[in-house]
Amino acid sequence: MAFIAAVSKRSSNVRGIKRPSTPYLLLIPGLSWLAMFFIFPLITLAGTSTQTTPAGGDTGTYVQTFRFANYIDAFSGAREQFLRSIVYALIATLLALAISYPLAYAIAFKSGKWKNLLLVLVVAPFFTSFLLRTIAWKQILGNEGPVVTVLRTLHILGPETGLTASAFAVVTGMTYNFLPFMTLPLYASLERIDPRTLEAASDLYANGITTFRKVTFPLSLPGVVAGTLLTFIPAAGDYINATLLGNPKTKMIGNVIESRFFEIVDYPTAAALSFMLMAAILILVMVYVRRAGTDELV
Amino acid sequence: MADAAASTKGDLHLTNLVKAFGDFRAVDDLTLLIPEGSFFALLGPSGCGKTTTLRMIAGLEEPTSGKIAIGNTDITYAKPYARPVNTVFQNYALFPHLTIFENVAFGLRRRGIKDVKEAVTKVLALVELGHLADRKPVQLSGGQQQRIAVARAIVNRPALLLLDEPLGALDLKLRRQMQIELKWIQTEVGLTFVHVTHDQEEAMTMADTIAVMNEGRIEQMGSPVELYESPRTVFVANFLGQSNLVKGKVEGSSGSDLQVSVHGNRIVVPSARNFAKDNSDKSVLIGIRPEKISIEHGEANTLGGGIITDISFVGVSTQFQIQMPWGQELSVFEQNDGGASHLQTGDTVSLSWKPEFTFALDGTADVEAGTSVNPDED
Repeated sequence: MAFIAAVSKRSSNVRGIKRPSTPYLLLIPGLSWLAMFFIFPLITLAGTSTQTTPAGGDTGTYVQTFRFANYIDAFSGAREQFLRSIVYALIATLLALAISYPLAYAIAFKSGKWKNLLLVLVVAPFFTSFLLRTIAWKQILGNEGPVVTVLRTLHILGPETGLTASAFAVVTGMTYNFLPFMTLPLYASLERIDPRTLEAASDLYANGITTFRKVTFPLSLPGVVAGTLLTFIPAAGDYINATLLGNPKTKMIGNVIESRFFEIVDYPTAAALSFMLMAAILILVMVYVRRAGTDELV
Repeated sequence: MADAAASTKGDLHLTNLVKAFGDFRAVDDLTLLIPEGSFFALLGPSGCGKTTTLRMIAGLEEPTSGKIAIGNTDITYAKPYARPVNTVFQNYALFPHLTIFENVAFGLRRRGIKDVKEAVTKVLALVELGHLADRKPVQLSGGQQQRIAVARAIVNRPALLLLDEPLGALDLKLRRQMQIELKWIQTEVGLTFVHVTHDQEEAMTMADTIAVMNEGRIEQMGSPVELYESPRTVFVANFLGQSNLVKGKVEGSSGSDLQVSVHGNRIVVPSARNFAKDNSDKSVLIGIRPEKISIEHGEANTLGGGIITDISFVGVSTQFQIQMPWGQELSVFEQNDGGASHLQTGDTVSLSWKPEFTFALDGTADVEAGTSVNPDED
């Protein structure tokens, strides 16, 4: 965003009289794509969200009645899943940050000639299917799997307790699946830090921990913000992990929307829920970006 | 006794310092004393080990062997944040996320100093940038960032201030101005400055003592005048300014002078300015700076039969390239005071200079040492 702003500012500064039209021509394919496959469906979805079934109508037939109470009904029916989605996504984001930060730091500062290989390894999981990788966690966390065996041997888990079909499994799956989205922006912002600023900090009486607190971390904040957003936003709307790794008590808002659309064929409720999820995420993100004070950096 | 101890309290001692990277010795058995309060320059071409030396003093590089001490305190293996040394980095390395005020305050806050505001305000006034305290580094020009980098270091009143090519990124005019300003700041705050540079003019303008480094060792150390007028090695003669070096043979001595035969001409060199370690094979290099030579003035030392091959006018002086009968090209700088304005390319001239400006160097040395170095290269 800031980059685009900077570019357009420069081009208008250079020659104030005649603006070149090429940049706008280049925008046309992208904009028309967005208009066709994002803006138009969004308007349709908004329309659907206030429709109702006419008296005596079949399942799945709806007419526009501008019934905004649909939103209240939808929310009160799915309040629990709504809250759960936000909480799960939040935990997964924090876990991903805790795992990714040291990883990105090591790749950026300590990996030397292995840097490119490690970066390839970070994105390597994308070469196999998302579904397959999520299902694999069933095996990893299964009763015969390595995790449970170790935990049972250490008596951290009782002989009857398992890890699959649980909130733990859902959050673990989400953390795992969104890890690269956290790692890459973190790496990008850490890698940009001039090592001499770190040397300057240590020259100015800051030990390793203080240098990290006062220089490295603040300078990596754009990466932290970008990474947490790229993890939190898709995680909050995710339903695959909850479907494959959860149980009926770990249903997320994505599951509700999915079943409303495809199973119950209740389009208005599904549309209303989609809009509320979007609004909730937008508000949370805006508050977060304001707080982080990096709005010009994202 | 008490006085002697007090005066050496802040001296920097480097003793047999070595830094090896694999088989390569970047710094090779360096022993050096930098007196407290001096402006000391380490001058040399890129790769001569000067920056490595500086980084070892700062603690950013660990010596392979040897000792670094300030006064009686051994700091060889002290962490960078635990030594009373601050650095002005080559590209300033200001903290981009902090304001100018916070950049300067950084070291004070880490040490828990009270009255941060007063100290920062004072030092910003010293570098005349108090009005920029709330800006971020990117909003400053190169010269301003440079001064902030100096302020951020000197506000801590270190025993030693290290400057790593501090003016390298500035343009020529600004560099000249900053040279004078840095020298003034040094006098004002009275700290020991150790300045690393490849720019001989910069070193000569600012430093009281210069150590010329080459291949990890010190070639010669002394005041700028001493180094320029009496270079002891071919490297120093060529690296600091320009020198004409001509092969000759010692024929004998009379009184305090040495008689040298140079391609059939008799040249007189004061014995005290004979820096050749060993004249047993009687071969020496006769050295004379281009501006010391005059064209057709009949001083005691004369070389005849030169042909002017090139004349370039550079404002204060005109530079002549003159091909001597034995094929070597010599440089002569003449002041533009009208004396040499009639000369043209192709004229045959004789060059002459006063014997006391002549110096003699080891005749076996490589005449080209120190010339092929591009001083603008980092």
